[in-house]
Amino acid sequence: MITPGQTVGPFFGQALPYDGGNELVPVGRPDAIRLHGFVHDGDGTPIPDAMIEIWQADATGRVPRETGSLHRDGWTFTGWGRAETERTGHYSFTTVRPGPTEEGKAPFFAVVVFARGLLDRLFTRIYLPGHPANDDDPLLASLTEEERATLVATDEPTGLRFDIRLQGEGETVFLQHD
Amino acid sequence: MSTTPKSDAAEETAVPSSDAAVTTQQEISAEIEELASAAQHAGGEARQPSIDYPPYRSSILRHPTKDLRHADPETIERWAPCFGHRDVHPLEADLTIGAHAGTNSQVSGEPIGERITVSGRVVDGEGRPVAGQLVEIWQANAAGRYVHKNEQHPAPLDPNFTGVGRCLTGPDGSYHFQTIKPGPYPWGNHRNAWRPAHIHFSIFGNAFTQRLVTQMYFPGDPLFALDPIYQAITDQKARDALLATYDHDLTVPEYSMGYRWDIVLTGGDRTWMEPEEPKEHSE
Repeated sequence: MITPGQTVGPFFGQALPYDGGNELVPVGRPDAIRLHGFVHDGDGTPIPDAMIEIWQADATGRVPRETGSLHRDGWTFTGWGRAETERTGHYSFTTVRPGPTEEGKAPFFAVVVFARGLLDRLFTRIYLPGHPANDDDPLLASLTEEERATLVATDEPTGLRFDIRLQGEGETVFLQHD
Repeated sequence: MSTTPKSDAAEETAVPSSDAAVTTQQEISAEIEELASAAQHAGGEARQPSIDYPPYRSSILRHPTKDLRHADPETIERWAPCFGHRDVHPLEADLTIGAHAGTNSQVSGEPIGERITVSGRVVDGEGRPVAGQLVEIWQANAAGRYVHKNEQHPAPLDPNFTGVGRCLTGPDGSYHFQTIKPGPYPWGNHRNAWRPAHIHFSIFGNAFTQRLVTQMYFPGDPLFALDPIYQAITDQKARDALLATYDHDLTVPEYSMGYRWDIVLTGGDRTWMEPEEPKEHSE
């Protein structure tokens, strides 16, 4: 029997977030970007007790196999990060844009969302805006334009903006991987 | 398709009272019962929690209303982040040594409560061990109190217990924590709501798609039937998979009790139960 999931609840803050969890690369590194946004509920209210994890290839498309995410040394790219939302429902990572893991593939950040009130975790993806390979991505191609827009980040001078809506208008497309 | 028994039942409970202070356990229990029998009639008892589960009031505005989209895992999703001894100090698996394990804390007293060992294996859907991966836990103290700024339960804090632990699985997927048994605690879902005692677990697999956060419960808890978080899984066997078993082999003579709990990760073969596929039979 597969072990079922349960909500992360309200009290994960003492256990799961940690200093540097959201800094996959040091702030200020020349190629560093900010990947950030808000998490909203079905009323459009920001969710102050959600947690986002990202997992990504490095800028060249290599899948990291290095340890050290929990005690970052500032040099090793582990590809994984964790951020809790603040009181305002805002989350933020410092990272780099992932490269394609294979030639011609659309790169994306793999994402998992947790929150109090969310009975099981949700998977999604953050694609890079305007990437030429997006047009050939099987998932993006299977979605309506409106749905596709929920999975593609928006360019900003400092990096990328990506909001997550758990419910309602502009509801983020969430995934199951059979 | 639009008139499955499940959706009819959901309709009736779709607008519950939002006033948690006046909603009684009887009302919550009735909603739980209704959704359980609806799932049974629809022939699709959930092996994963129904994310749309109104008896758990906080879920009402926080669950997606659209179906999850199928996506074949891409390369990055078929791998998982790596953790190692750089990440986790061995003492972090012992929650009874006082304050933050692995730090140079001066606190050295022992926490109050029933000492327990919690141990088991993390395996994938085919029984293969998940080796060298990160397991994180957090829990209330023996009095049912969490160390957290939003915690409002006026039970005593334990200066020697943070309730937070980590470890890496061994080559056979085994994990091992030394802790104390958490107490049940009251919460704001409805009037006089109490959660069964539990330990939160966060687990990584060999693939990103196996990521799991869940809760381990203790056998025989009288609060199971009353708890909308536990009951959001309508399949009894799946619910049972969240129960540790008492294991005398894990006890330490004249020192501690022992519980075993194995964790089986999915590759994603059956994640959701919502009745998208109507049962093919005629009434």
